[in-house]
Amino acid sequence: MSVLLDLSGLTKAYPGVIANDDVGFDIAAGEIHALLGENGAGKSTLVKMIYGLVRPDSGEMRLHGAYYAPGSPKDARAAGVSMVFQHFSLFDALSVRENIALGLDEATKPRELSQRIRDVSREYGLPLDPDRLIGDLSVGERQRVEIVRCLLQDPRLLIMDEPTSVLTPQEVEILFNTLRLLASRGVAILYISHKLDEIRVLCDRATILRGGKVVGTCIPRDETPRSMAEMMIGEALREPKAKLSVPGRTLLRLNGLSMTSDDPFGVSLRDIHLELHAGEVTGIAGVAGNGQDELLSVLSGEAKVAPGMLMLDDAPIGDKGPNARRALGLQAAPEERLGHAAAPEMTLTENTMLTGRVRQRLDNSGFLKWEATANFARAVISQFDVRTPGVATQAKALSGGNLQKFVIGREVLQKPRVLIVNQPTWGVDAAAAAAIRDALRALAEGGAAVLVISQDLDELMEMSDQFAVIAGGRLSAPRAAGTISIEEIGRLMGGDTSTAREGGTAHAAT
Amino acid sequence: MLRLEPRRSPSQAMVWLTPILAVLATMIAGGGLFMALGKDPVDAIYTIFVDPLLDPYSLPEIFVKAAPLILIAIGLSYGFRAGIWNIGAEGQFIMGAIAGAAVGLAFYGTAGVWLLPLMALAGIVAGYLWAMIPALLRVKFGTNEILVSLMLVYVADQFLRAMVNGPLRNPQGFNFPESRLFHDSAQLPILFDGTRVHLGVAIAVIIALIAALILSRHIIGYNVRLMGSAPRAAMFSGVKPPRMVIFCLGLSGALAGLAGLFEAAGPMGQLTPTLPQGYGFTAIIVAFLGRLNPLGIIAAGFVMALTYIGGENAQLALGLPKAAISVFQGMLLFFLLGLDIFVRYRIAPKRREVA
Repeated sequence: MSVLLDLSGLTKAYPGVIANDDVGFDIAAGEIHALLGENGAGKSTLVKMIYGLVRPDSGEMRLHGAYYAPGSPKDARAAGVSMVFQHFSLFDALSVRENIALGLDEATKPRELSQRIRDVSREYGLPLDPDRLIGDLSVGERQRVEIVRCLLQDPRLLIMDEPTSVLTPQEVEILFNTLRLLASRGVAILYISHKLDEIRVLCDRATILRGGKVVGTCIPRDETPRSMAEMMIGEALREPKAKLSVPGRTLLRLNGLSMTSDDPFGVSLRDIHLELHAGEVTGIAGVAGNGQDELLSVLSGEAKVAPGMLMLDDAPIGDKGPNARRALGLQAAPEERLGHAAAPEMTLTENTMLTGRVRQRLDNSGFLKWEATANFARAVISQFDVRTPGVATQAKALSGGNLQKFVIGREVLQKPRVLIVNQPTWGVDAAAAAAIRDALRALAEGGAAVLVISQDLDELMEMSDQFAVIAGGRLSAPRAAGTISIEEIGRLMGGDTSTAREGGTAHAAT
Repeated sequence: MLRLEPRRSPSQAMVWLTPILAVLATMIAGGGLFMALGKDPVDAIYTIFVDPLLDPYSLPEIFVKAAPLILIAIGLSYGFRAGIWNIGAEGQFIMGAIAGAAVGLAFYGTAGVWLLPLMALAGIVAGYLWAMIPALLRVKFGTNEILVSLMLVYVADQFLRAMVNGPLRNPQGFNFPESRLFHDSAQLPILFDGTRVHLGVAIAVIIALIAALILSRHIIGYNVRLMGSAPRAAMFSGVKPPRMVIFCLGLSGALAGLAGLFEAAGPMGQLTPTLPQGYGFTAIIVAFLGRLNPLGIIAAGFVMALTYIGGENAQLALGLPKAAISVFQGMLLFFLLGLDIFVRYRIAPKRREVA
């Protein structure tokens, strides 16, 4: 295989940090090449340089042997480099074709484009109807739109950033088949992921970044997930702690919880029954957009329901707001870190006030105790190993993993009796994810009830004592962990309700 | 060639530099405008910005003008921070003046230190209630508070005319559409003899200082900032958006109403149809010029008052039309908003094209 992209000596420094330091490796045509590294290891900076979003301070890139220095993503696309981002840039109210047309550099007639979309999607096994609205598509289908948009431009190198984090196991298989087909036709794929199992199955070679430097290259098939993870973090991994499996008394009961969504693209929750016990971690799996956000908002108190639908210690709390619930010991950490769990432009101290005021008594009849708040923020930072210059740093200046550690730590250190978390390790590197899981398990072992909503099945399998699947706003009957197979979970996630509590629809996952 | 390049983080220096640059740009562009009108631009700018500071009559007048601007802008700034747009402070100002004046006239001739506080309370309540109309319509029916509050300005203005032509008209006033002159107990005490600097000026500055304290150190101010910075995070934190709408519109209405009463019971001394001078609208410029920061608003209020007094002087001394002064003030907001781009962007040399 001939070398397609050759990187050498790439260096990019930002004030105070060298994001990439003398990075060099090559990608061959037809190769699926994994890029591995913790958050902050420099993966995004490197990819942004290849895609023309950032210019290197020094070093050079060669594409097909020719000097390659894209000044913009448009230049990169013209040279045959395309990228599928982790977070999609699609408009819900526009059709598949309209969205694709917006992302193309040259204008194409609508009918012609629809035909090309159909051709490409059929050719690569990615079924897609150009006339459907994005808002009606599942997350997996939305990703297909992004991929097809790239394929329409005949890329020679396709960059994929964490593509499987939102997919069901079945959808992951479809995606991998497509990627293998592309590779067999000579397209090189640069594949960024935290999921080491996937990399072993899919990728031909892997380059590992740590602290902005290349620390190793390996053939993933010859490695174990553990050995690769240790290369990434540069130290031995800690084993997850063993589970305590004596459920305590019921702390929080969801009693036929239903909520109609006001948002046309939202999901209505229907008749959810669940009991959270002291000392127990409950896992809820599901494909994104099947009611997870709505469930979190109902439990956090942002959305209200009839009082009796939620019972904390046998007292109705369905109509109480977030602060009343925090006072009672029910805390939550939403999925979206920036803008929901934390205010991007506020400092870490101010963000500590966001959820800490009531339970930590950070005010005196409304007057805020900023010094005590900063001290609490410092405690979160030190106990959860949040890497930041200090408590006066804006939340948006932290990397995703560090901010997530802060968000989870902020709740855990308040010693909640019930903690609800949505996607606690989304986009977080292996070491940080392990730390977060440990903290959540330790909290449960200390007698709290923990509910983890996640799309990472391995994570849920590792952590949960009881386990349920949400699809189309309905929750399957909770089962003891270990009594349910991956295939069965996959079916439940896909909306097969034969083992669910009631028959239901799962439009978002079809 | 030059191009705009996003900064890695918003420039704090630029946040405070842009108001000053905006004032400078306004002087330059305004100078051009005055030149086009056939006036000496340097002379005109000097008359507007420097003369009032040197003139013993004009200097205290700056304080008198700044007081209502500061009071109203303080109230508006909380809402603007939280994304709640009260454009109708002028109407709330008028309603406050009418209600406060009505109380003062009802007790005409009665002496007592309780009367002014009662009038102030009436002004506050009237401004608050007038602002509740857009607030409740937005909360209950999702109407746009910008349009509703703005339209209510003209309703209030007509109401003022009806009042001074009807129930509040001076019985001995030869049918002029004006109220009686307030008696002594209903007039704001003067702070410095020989000037019109009244107690309301001091109160405006004190309220601005309290507003600064609340914004930085109280949960109310925190919630206002949080709501503006990240609405979803605010809801997660426990802020209830409808309550925030009612609080912010209510506060700005109450302070505008108080400013209206101060204007009636201070420099005017009676209720007349010429009471509304556009303070409610100018205060919008003051709020932004002061970066929605109470301390900045104190400074911005004085700068804006300076252009009023200086503008009047320029009308008299140089024969500049009144409209030219209004254009001049409008330019200030225009340049401020335009220059604001440098908070988030900087000018960089254009990158060479990539082959």
